[in-house]
Amino acid sequence: MAILEVKNIEKHFGSTKVLKDVSFSLDEGNTLAIIGSSGSGKTTLLRCLNFLETPDHGTISVHGSTIFDAALPASENEKDLRRKRLHFGMVFQSFNLFPQYTALENVMLAEQLLAKERPDFKQNKKQIYAEIEEHGKALLTQMGLADRMDHYPHQLSGGQQQRVAIARALALQPDILCFDEPTSALDPELTGEVLKVIRGLAENKTTMVIVTHEMTFARDVADQIIFMDGGVVVEQGDAKQVIDNPQEERTRQFLSRYTQG
Amino acid sequence: MPEMFWSVNQSLLVALVDTFKIFACTLIFAIPLGLVLSFGSMSKIRPLKYTIDLIVWVFRGTPLMLQLFVVFYIPGILLHNNIWGSGTDGRMLATIVAFSLNYACYFSVIFRGGIEGVPAGQREAGEVLGMTKSQIFFKITLLQMVKRVVPPMSNEIITLVKDTSLARVIGVVELTHAGYAYIKAAGIIWPLFYTAVFYLLFVGILTLLFNYIERRLSYFR
Ligand SMILES: Nc1ncnc2c1ncn2[C@@H]1O[C@H](COP(=O)(O)OP(=O)(O)OP(=O)(O)O)[C@@H](O)[C@H]1O
Ligand SMILES: [Mg+2]
Repeated sequence: MAILEVKNIEKHFGSTKVLKDVSFSLDEGNTLAIIGSSGSGKTTLLRCLNFLETPDHGTISVHGSTIFDAALPASENEKDLRRKRLHFGMVFQSFNLFPQYTALENVMLAEQLLAKERPDFKQNKKQIYAEIEEHGKALLTQMGLADRMDHYPHQLSGGQQQRVAIARALALQPDILCFDEPTSALDPELTGEVLKVIRGLAENKTTMVIVTHEMTFARDVADQIIFMDGGVVVEQGDAKQVIDNPQEERTRQFLSRYTQG
Repeated sequence: MPEMFWSVNQSLLVALVDTFKIFACTLIFAIPLGLVLSFGSMSKIRPLKYTIDLIVWVFRGTPLMLQLFVVFYIPGILLHNNIWGSGTDGRMLATIVAFSLNYACYFSVIFRGGIEGVPAGQREAGEVLGMTKSQIFFKITLLQMVKRVVPPMSNEIITLVKDTSLARVIGVVELTHAGYAYIKAAGIIWPLFYTAVFYLLFVGILTLLFNYIERRLSYFR
């Protein structure tokens, strides 16, 4: 059963149509890679999933319930919107860690703020915070950062910062974790450590949507691939099949740039 | 001679109180007003934005001394009534009004730079983590703004210390005025030059304070 269903998404910026009738679905525990040339709308699509942009048309459903429908008026209160957002996690290209907090504090912040809304917060404050800290430490350890928890972002390498950002996104246990070119801002020798972590998440059956230019990685790790061009989904299907045996001419042209280089 | 030295010190210290009054009141009023103006200048409501941009342009584009004259004399000329009241309190009040308006305009530009300087990605990272707007402001962007704003603000605030001497043009007996008065009253000029010591001490203390704040905020980038 599909955990995520995206139907007929359209998005304009002014008069330019950036996404045209984008539809896809993703099964629980699967990884979807989105590939495509620069400006094809990949980031915009992820931003729509995370409510950072509002699509002009289409619906988004998670676990079978519609969380976004462009046809309905958007008169929602902040609380509802925030709850819907939490279905998705987001890992940004440029990490966007909070510079004034340590790695551990970055991971714990959102969970601590959310805990304040729990009815039992006042009574069990100490215990709740202790649990959150334990959770944060476990996540950073899982990311191989056990000895970097008290470092500030500027004291970490790009690869380490991105792994903190992944831990931060995992902290709220999103149903679907989105990555926007998680390794493009990194020096080549640092991409490996981040890809390894994402590979580990895929093996643990984390549902993920990954925008990437790493074709080998997409082929090996993703179950499904979407190739986008000019805001349209040109081809989608099984990851290995799309990469090894693309059906569309545009996909072939795009992929040939990677195999030649 | 020593008696003279002590009496000069005494009267300069009295004048320093007024200097400090202008300084402190200007900060108290100009900082919140500057924040309001900075929000206005970032507003999506065009007429509001343009009005505020115009005000800021006028106050930053004309001499503070001229603004003091205008604020002090124009109401009397237009309304045939001195709204500032007679005597020293009225002069002080007019000074504080002119200084607050002028400095609010400078501060608004600094605040705007501080607010816009925080990358949009910081706010977005908070949003996707389900934070409320106020949580994002207080827990994420505020401190980053403060860090950006401290160095230019310390410059302006140090300039303010010395600008207080302009208040003498509308008759406020601040430090420079008090020092200058000795030329006519006692035929001595050294008290005027001696006021520099007071300004230097004042600015020195502020410099230490700002260095301390910058050091406290240097743990992150
Ligand atoms: N806020 C915006 N306002 C106007 N146009 C935008 C905005 N954001 C993106 N666009 C435009 O939308 C198109 C798609 O951009 P998008 O960032 O989604 O592409 P992308 O596939 O992520 O590209 P890249 O591989 O370079 O990251 C581009 O033409 C871009 O210029
Ligand atoms: Mg992009």
